[in-house]
Amino acid sequence: MSSKGQITGEFFLSGDEACAEGALAAGCRFFAGYPITPATEIAETMSERLPEVGGTYIQMEDELGSMAAVLGAAWGGVKAMTATSGPGFSLMMENIGLGIMLETPCVVVDMQRAGPSTGLPTLTGQGDMMQARWGSHGSYSIIALSPSSPQELFDLTIKAFNLSEKYRLPVLVMSEEAIGHMYEKVTIPPVDAIKLTPRRKPNVPPREYLPYVADDDLVPPMAIAGEGYRFHITGLTHDERGYPANSAEAQDKLVRRLVDKIDKNRDSIIEVAESGIEGADVVVCSYGISARVSAIAIERARALGIQVGMLRLITVWPFPEKRVREIAARIRAFVVPEINYGQMVLEVERAACGRARTILVPHMGGAVHDPETILDAIKQAAK
Amino acid sequence: MHYVTTKAKQNHIHVIRERCKGCSFCVEFCPQHILYQTTETNAKGYQLIAVADQDKCTGCGMCSRVCPEFAIFVETPDGKQ
Amino acid sequence: MKTTAMASIGTHPLDEYLRADRLPHIWCPGCGLGTVLGATLRAIGRAGLDTEKTVMVSGIGCTGRAAGYVKLDSFHVTHGRALPFATGLKLANPDLKIIVFSGDGDLTAIGGNHLIHTARRNIDMTVICVNNFIYGMTGGQLGPTTPEQGRTTTSRAGNIEKPFNIPRLVAAAGGTYLARWTTAHVRQMERAFVEAMQKKGFSFVEVISPCPTYYGRMNEQATGLDQMRYYRYNSVVKHGANLDEVDISLNGPIIVGKFIDTEKPYLPAPKAKNGK
Repeated sequence: MSSKGQITGEFFLSGDEACAEGALAAGCRFFAGYPITPATEIAETMSERLPEVGGTYIQMEDELGSMAAVLGAAWGGVKAMTATSGPGFSLMMENIGLGIMLETPCVVVDMQRAGPSTGLPTLTGQGDMMQARWGSHGSYSIIALSPSSPQELFDLTIKAFNLSEKYRLPVLVMSEEAIGHMYEKVTIPPVDAIKLTPRRKPNVPPREYLPYVADDDLVPPMAIAGEGYRFHITGLTHDERGYPANSAEAQDKLVRRLVDKIDKNRDSIIEVAESGIEGADVVVCSYGISARVSAIAIERARALGIQVGMLRLITVWPFPEKRVREIAARIRAFVVPEINYGQMVLEVERAACGRARTILVPHMGGAVHDPETILDAIKQAAK
Repeated sequence: MHYVTTKAKQNHIHVIRERCKGCSFCVEFCPQHILYQTTETNAKGYQLIAVADQDKCTGCGMCSRVCPEFAIFVETPDGKQ
Repeated sequence: MKTTAMASIGTHPLDEYLRADRLPHIWCPGCGLGTVLGATLRAIGRAGLDTEKTVMVSGIGCTGRAAGYVKLDSFHVTHGRALPFATGLKLANPDLKIIVFSGDGDLTAIGGNHLIHTARRNIDMTVICVNNFIYGMTGGQLGPTTPEQGRTTTSRAGNIEKPFNIPRLVAAAGGTYLARWTTAHVRQMERAFVEAMQKKGFSFVEVISPCPTYYGRMNEQATGLDQMRYYRYNSVVKHGANLDEVDISLNGPIIVGKFIDTEKPYLPAPKAKNGK
């Protein structure tokens, strides 16, 4: 990976631009995508910047082809990504599933806008959060990150690439139009200050290599095409040799490992940002742009003497249920503002297990919350 | 350099019995018409192909090329087809 | 003809390219897929390809199962998406030699959009499209290449749709090499594969192949042999044919031959001499 063309310093960037730069800083050298508001600028930035760092940009004919090309590029040995919004995210679901099944490292960015369907293309939403977890068919686990600023979009795109290499799966960056089109200061560290997780290569000679023999952390080392390993991989349920295995036993073994490799490693994956949880009566649990808006409401609430804390989800999937359950035992209520009609709130409620009330502050999309609505909910929760 | 375990002085047709599915493509396409389907079956119940007259084999390799099962090939003095 | 280093009775000469532990394969008796696969493997040898850098990508369907039988880096991906997956592979590592081996439904129905765009871009790869006029794996439904009046499980009274003329479709989209053969034309098919593999750019070979279990049985050609005989005696070789005239009708002639063999800029573009 060369540092030619990679930039460092302080910049005034939009979230989309920051995301693209984060990908490049992470070593991404392939982008396949399709223009879609509000993620188009990621594609445009990548189309300009990738050739500068020796990478490849291709604009595919649709999002189905884009996701397929991203997987192909990853198997060709490069770090690959795509970026889209709701309608494209839906189209990519089938091949995200293929990425899960083949255990392909790559990153998919969803710049959410208001849906369903074509919705409000230029205005923000957070309505794809459950889709991020369950959008593809079958049983699997996923990692999804939620940044709250262009800087964090830069940082978490790098983290997404690192997690994708470590756990061998597509990692989702669930952002929103509000962040994607927001301009803020972004500090890009020098190349050698950025920690990157390398791809886990086979540790046996090609003759002995089987594509799906996992290490202790349930993740198998990955060979890439063209290096003599002569592996076969398929989206069909398969055994350790990679061959199709048409049985319930093989299905059980494979699906458990695909889910467990994330779930059993959740403590290493999950990241949250907390403030004022100790002694709080009410905790606002939010993510993305809604977490930023919540901060205003929390400030106003504290000024009114309400003991309110903030639990900001940085990893939305796997969901930090252990932490939520711990907090639930010591507070009156969670307040969950999100720009949808209730998605992550279902997880908060589930994890709280009835120990604390869960109050949703929904917003159908098209704008961010008025902080007063969140403040009202906090006041109500504190009663 | 290549090695064969038997040095065929003339062409020798080999049928890999357990792969044959008795489709008879080879019988049809052999220009010398020296292949035929027998009533003998393999473990999967397919009726096997046999060679009527090895001496007439010209080593053209049509049987091997047309076979969908990788079940028949010809050993010629200069290698396999 | 390359031979294995050590030959022994019972080991087929193509076994060095095959996952022989998975043979016999799942295809029906009289199915032509093994014949096409065999020609492909022979062509890889004759074209002198480095098998460590040769990759096969296939989609879903009976034809798509081929990738599971070859001892190459091989990818059995989602329905219709072999071409964009292969595009990603090739752009990531232009040294790879990509062979896409997939069926008429996978490449022209669900994968139709990717077919025309990959041809348009003239991505350097070899595409072998096995056309058996039917969706075999799912039990015999019609596809975009089923001839008019052809009977299938979803056109029991006869297909009312006009089928694709695949060579015309691909030629209109792009590409540098285009040919059609049938499984009865084993030597010509193999030669076409060699040419396609050695050709730079999007090289496409359509191969008409028997499906006895579904297409043949429902259209009075109940065995693979019946269909092979039909191909043998009803094919007309017309190199450089006018592609408007190569439509296939039920029980009509099949025009075969090499239709396009040309030079055009392709992707990924080769690096200039100074390495840029």
